[in-house]
Amino acid sequence: MAKRFVFLVFTLWIAVTLNFLIPRMMPGNPAELMVRRIVGQGPVNPQLVHAVEIMLGLPVGSMAHQYVLYLGNMIHGSFGVSYTYFPYPVMQVIGQALPWTLALLGTTTIVTFVLGTALGAFAAWRRGSWFDTAATVTANFTATFPFFWIALMAIYVLGFLLHWFPINGGYGAGLTPGWNGTFLASALDHSILPALTIVVAGTGGWLFGMRNNMIHVLGEDYVRLAVAKGLGGHVIALDYGARNAILPNITGFAMSLGTLVGGSILVESVFGYPGMGYLLYNAVGDQDYPLMQAIFLLITVGTLLANFLADLAYGVLDPRARRGGESS
Amino acid sequence: MSRILAPLALLWGNGRARIGLVMLGGFILMAVLAPWIAPYRPTYGGFAPMQPPSAAHLLGTTQLGQDVLSQLIWGARVSLMVGALAGGLVMLIAVVIGLVAGFLPGWVDDVLSLLINVALVIPGFPLMVVLAAYIPVHGVGVIILVLSITGWAWGARVLRAQMITLRGREYVTAAAFAGEGIVRIVFREILPNMTSLIAASFMGAAMGAILGEAGLEFLGFGNPQVVSWGTMLYWAENSSALLAGQWAWIFAPGLALALVGTAIAFVNFGIDVISNPRLEV
Repeated sequence: MAKRFVFLVFTLWIAVTLNFLIPRMMPGNPAELMVRRIVGQGPVNPQLVHAVEIMLGLPVGSMAHQYVLYLGNMIHGSFGVSYTYFPYPVMQVIGQALPWTLALLGTTTIVTFVLGTALGAFAAWRRGSWFDTAATVTANFTATFPFFWIALMAIYVLGFLLHWFPINGGYGAGLTPGWNGTFLASALDHSILPALTIVVAGTGGWLFGMRNNMIHVLGEDYVRLAVAKGLGGHVIALDYGARNAILPNITGFAMSLGTLVGGSILVESVFGYPGMGYLLYNAVGDQDYPLMQAIFLLITVGTLLANFLADLAYGVLDPRARRGGESS
Repeated sequence: MSRILAPLALLWGNGRARIGLVMLGGFILMAVLAPWIAPYRPTYGGFAPMQPPSAAHLLGTTQLGQDVLSQLIWGARVSLMVGALAGGLVMLIAVVIGLVAGFLPGWVDDVLSLLINVALVIPGFPLMVVLAAYIPVHGVGVIILVLSITGWAWGARVLRAQMITLRGREYVTAAAFAGEGIVRIVFREILPNMTSLIAASFMGAAMGAILGEAGLEFLGFGNPQVVSWGTMLYWAENSSALLAGQWAWIFAPGLALALVGTAIAFVNFGIDVISNPRLEV
């Protein structure tokens, strides 16, 4: 428990430090880039660059000094000013996008996990049946589709051809975000296609993990004993098989969540869904570095926290892990 | 020669792996033979732009009047090359870190394991995006570099675990008693026993790299002048191909990516079954 917490803090520090180092290892400076964007190919006036530097509040001084300053800013949640939404602070811009991503990704993560795990367990239990073959082949196929491509096809078929769902944005044009029925219904309607895309693309990973674990568990001696005792199929499948097989799937949370988060960036970009992924996509296009860095950091922190919680859940579910047994 | 052919023959015996090998072979052949089988030059833009599929242009034309089918065939070259190179680099890093960590318990393993665990939990794609955004040049080389930096942890973790299992085997002890050095023990005695695992992690890494490249290029981090499946999707999206009814322009490269991915997954499935017979259906 304490060890996991130390690891969480350590990974957070690594992420924060990476975020500090990456921009500083690369050539060029954002003020120069910004001026260059305005003046085009011509000569860049150094005084103008300096003025922009001051306007954007770019860091000065030694690396160590900058780093201390940067850590201080992180603790206060101050990520500077967005270039594209100048003079709004980055956190304010992100504050508007965050709820969208939390709602979309939170729901789809749970749905893909439950769906994939259940289907995987059933496939393993009916190993070799038509269901097993169909499920593994389909999952094999969908897991290799690029997320954004599934999104594009969903837009074309379900949105453009059939007009079942809106094809762009997070809510209907002319609506103002708020807690009223019209807006929420519109938001829900707009999020069905993105959510569907993530579920279709993301379920396969869980399914495979669960199927393989379950087959492994079903080969154990205690399962054979349960069969010999004459226990019912349900009891063996759920209490003996699935209950034990689900544990590695929870440790596998890290990898799958990373894939899901990465995929959702692309899905949001395709749908113009007003969440963090679309914001990152736009920040990259506009070379809005402070915004980009803050989004990267928040996505990373979110993923690390989710992992930490999954680890805690694992500890509660598996008595062996609670007793301090090393699970590698 | 038989050291390469024997495992291939074993793979060939598995139904799914055979399908995967045939599919993969087809794509490689398509990439190699691109100049001869593509109907036009992929960058030649002399046709009517934004045409839907027709007899002359089976997949239609782009916004610049290029033939989509020719681009699809030529695009296989970049996608497969990135997969092979980035997959190879990722595997190399994974093998070195995984084997060293697994073979040297104590502080070396502690440090490397920590590194592996950190790299595993930091989400790869956002990191790729930030790295690619800060590197001033855009192109295939940069994408390969970024993919290699971010993709090695999973393979390293698997190889480390396998190394720890193999390290305690009797033949390793015997080799040590026979006076063999560490390098020889690791590379001549242990490594050959991990071939299937290394092959599997290479395939997995290659698949991840091909999808990662497509994603990065779709977001605009590629060199848009290079013809690849990712840049095809980038141009199609930026020309509103779907709204113009140009579905084939988007459908084809995505399907090609998915088929290559499926082929690799099938081959990996075969490798898995061979090295872990319990999974066999």
